[in-house]
Amino acid sequence: MNVNEKSNGDCVSPSQIDASCRVPSLALFGGAALWLVVGLALALIASIKFHQPAFLADCSLLTYGHVQAAANDLILYGFAIPAALGVLLWIFARLSQAELVLPLVPVVAAHIWHVGVLLGTIGILTGNSTGFAWLEYPRLVFPLLLVAFILIAISAVATFGQRKERELYPSHWFLLAALLWFPWIYSTANIFLVVWPVRGVGQAVINWWFVNNLLFVWLALVGLGVAFYFLPKLGGKPLHSRFWAQFAFWTLTLFGTFLGIPQGAPVPAWYPAASALASSLLIIPLIAIAIIFVKTVCGANVSCKGGPFCYIKFGTVAFLLSGLMTIAVSCPHFSQITRFTWFETAQTQLQLFGFFAIVILGGAYEILPRVMGSPLPFPKFIRFQHWCFMLGTLLLVGSLAVSGIQQGLHDYSFDLALPALRISTLGLFFLLLGSLMFAANIFVMTIKWNLALGKTVLAAVIAPLKTAEVKS
Amino acid sequence: MKNGFTVFIAALVVLGASWTAFVLGAAVQLGHEKNTTVLNSSDVYPLQRAGDAAFGLDVYRANACAACHTEQVQQSGMACDVVLTSAGKNPTAVSNLVATLKLIGIPEVEADAAADKITALGGKVETRILATGGDIARGWGIRHSVAADYLYDYPVQLGSLRVGPDLAAIGVRLANANVLLQHLYAPKSVTPNSAMPPFKFLFEVRPIGATPSPDALNLPKEFAPASGYEVVPKPEAKQLVGYLLSLRADVPLFEAPFTPPTPATNAPATK
Repeated sequence: MNVNEKSNGDCVSPSQIDASCRVPSLALFGGAALWLVVGLALALIASIKFHQPAFLADCSLLTYGHVQAAANDLILYGFAIPAALGVLLWIFARLSQAELVLPLVPVVAAHIWHVGVLLGTIGILTGNSTGFAWLEYPRLVFPLLLVAFILIAISAVATFGQRKERELYPSHWFLLAALLWFPWIYSTANIFLVVWPVRGVGQAVINWWFVNNLLFVWLALVGLGVAFYFLPKLGGKPLHSRFWAQFAFWTLTLFGTFLGIPQGAPVPAWYPAASALASSLLIIPLIAIAIIFVKTVCGANVSCKGGPFCYIKFGTVAFLLSGLMTIAVSCPHFSQITRFTWFETAQTQLQLFGFFAIVILGGAYEILPRVMGSPLPFPKFIRFQHWCFMLGTLLLVGSLAVSGIQQGLHDYSFDLALPALRISTLGLFFLLLGSLMFAANIFVMTIKWNLALGKTVLAAVIAPLKTAEVKS
Repeated sequence: MKNGFTVFIAALVVLGASWTAFVLGAAVQLGHEKNTTVLNSSDVYPLQRAGDAAFGLDVYRANACAACHTEQVQQSGMACDVVLTSAGKNPTAVSNLVATLKLIGIPEVEADAAADKITALGGKVETRILATGGDIARGWGIRHSVAADYLYDYPVQLGSLRVGPDLAAIGVRLANANVLLQHLYAPKSVTPNSAMPPFKFLFEVRPIGATPSPDALNLPKEFAPASGYEVVPKPEAKQLVGYLLSLRADVPLFEAPFTPPTPATNAPATK
């Protein structure tokens, strides 16, 4: 590090760094908030169909399979990924102690991404899905999402390159790996399944690999990277040891990536066997993460009060639970009961809402007032939303898990699974309520900012010209 | 880990491991799979779906049927039945022996032992192999699903959730196009407590013309349209049913052996 750089670094104040992330954050979070609300509304429609199968059944757009797939993808591609990228950009800028490089690129990319999600959702509802789980968006969406992601990754990596402190912080490893891993798995899955599909059941293997690596590994990398940044920052205690974080990172990426091939799948036996072995080894990174979490959080001198620190604590615990559920469903003995039941859905929902959405929303709530340079319009919503999300996740995941075990023990009987399944509708309702609060905060903020911007522009336009300048 | 580049290379290797195994491995091993032959026969398996069945797979995809139905039968093991085909020259001894032995639903080793004992006394036996497990007991299939069953399908839609029953062998279990069509139009008319939404948009309700359509559904009164109207399946409904009927998976293969039921006329006289 040369002296010149250092003196430059001293010039950039945190508020300048935050301001450089303003427009990208609004573009990424705004769309994400909208898609979260739409996605949860669709998930609620799908859930109501369990109370009344004929509900909206005569409209071919809104048949159960369409609504369910569109909701899943909206929550993952529409909300989780762009919101996570918004948090990631800010963390990279802050860790680098430098302003965001190429701030316009993520803004353009965010718009490409959200247009892609819109087209994909229309595609699913009109019956043009690819037919592969969590990859339903039709072929034309693939280049849009891939290009948008790569553009954001370029801005993130360029900012990373500007860092003043050469040594990497643990969050760097997790987030950099995530920036590498998403384009890799997403393009692999699309190329091998949609563009030039492989023959026969190889499609299923690649699809399972993709789903696990996106829903478990990618979300874990980003969620933990964000948690390992905010837990020490908000708690005021340093992250408990780089060693454990490093250990957790390598074991998670090494074992976690091999999960996902279900037991008893109609494929050669070594695929599920490799997954079962990897899932039993997954306990190692989980223990490491639990140690990091406990040692970092215990004795932290901060009152939680439903703020971002609470969000991220809850999310990390949910991740540990979701990891244990993953191990359970991959274990050959227990999977006899849970296979093909709602229990597997419960794990996915815990990973998505209990862990990822809560961690990212906590991060977003921490970031928003900083990048906007003004307090949130509805600061009380942070606490309400935390309660809504905790309650909603608990009801949703708990009821799905119970109905899944009922199903598995009783010949996949739908009637026995139904009572618990109906409670899950209530869980989705609370999640929707919480997501509306986030949307309200971000949209009011965006509108205020646009108005202020408009006023500034207007003032500049109608300001009288200085005659001295004209003369010269 | 001070250097970003080292982390990048190491992550590339670690993450690439699963890609090499599960993507490259699957593309090479399963992507070059060829059709096979039915066990103890020269018949080729599987055959490509034809006509309505081929289009029906696309209707199945477009309506996301796989959200609630799987197409994969699980099997927990195999059991053998030892069937006496001829009592030989010493029928009393054989029949006494048979009375002491357990011959139905036994493991292969015991079946071989029992068969050896009976043949030692001059009797002739046939060992029949049966798949066992929850799905088989529910009648959802004869054997577990194997990779060959999906060789020509695109997309392969195995499904992951059983809100409804497994469909891997629906073409054997419910080989009646009319019942399947009626189930699509009004599930509760076939299964009273069905949770399946009706797919009425795959049908056309129209006034009966000069000649009633031969395809019109024959519905129970409470599900029938107003008098003077008939319910006629659109092409998509017919294609979907054609696809469902093509889901059979009922032949023995090397990796999923079983003894096919013998036609009644050739049944050997036992005892």
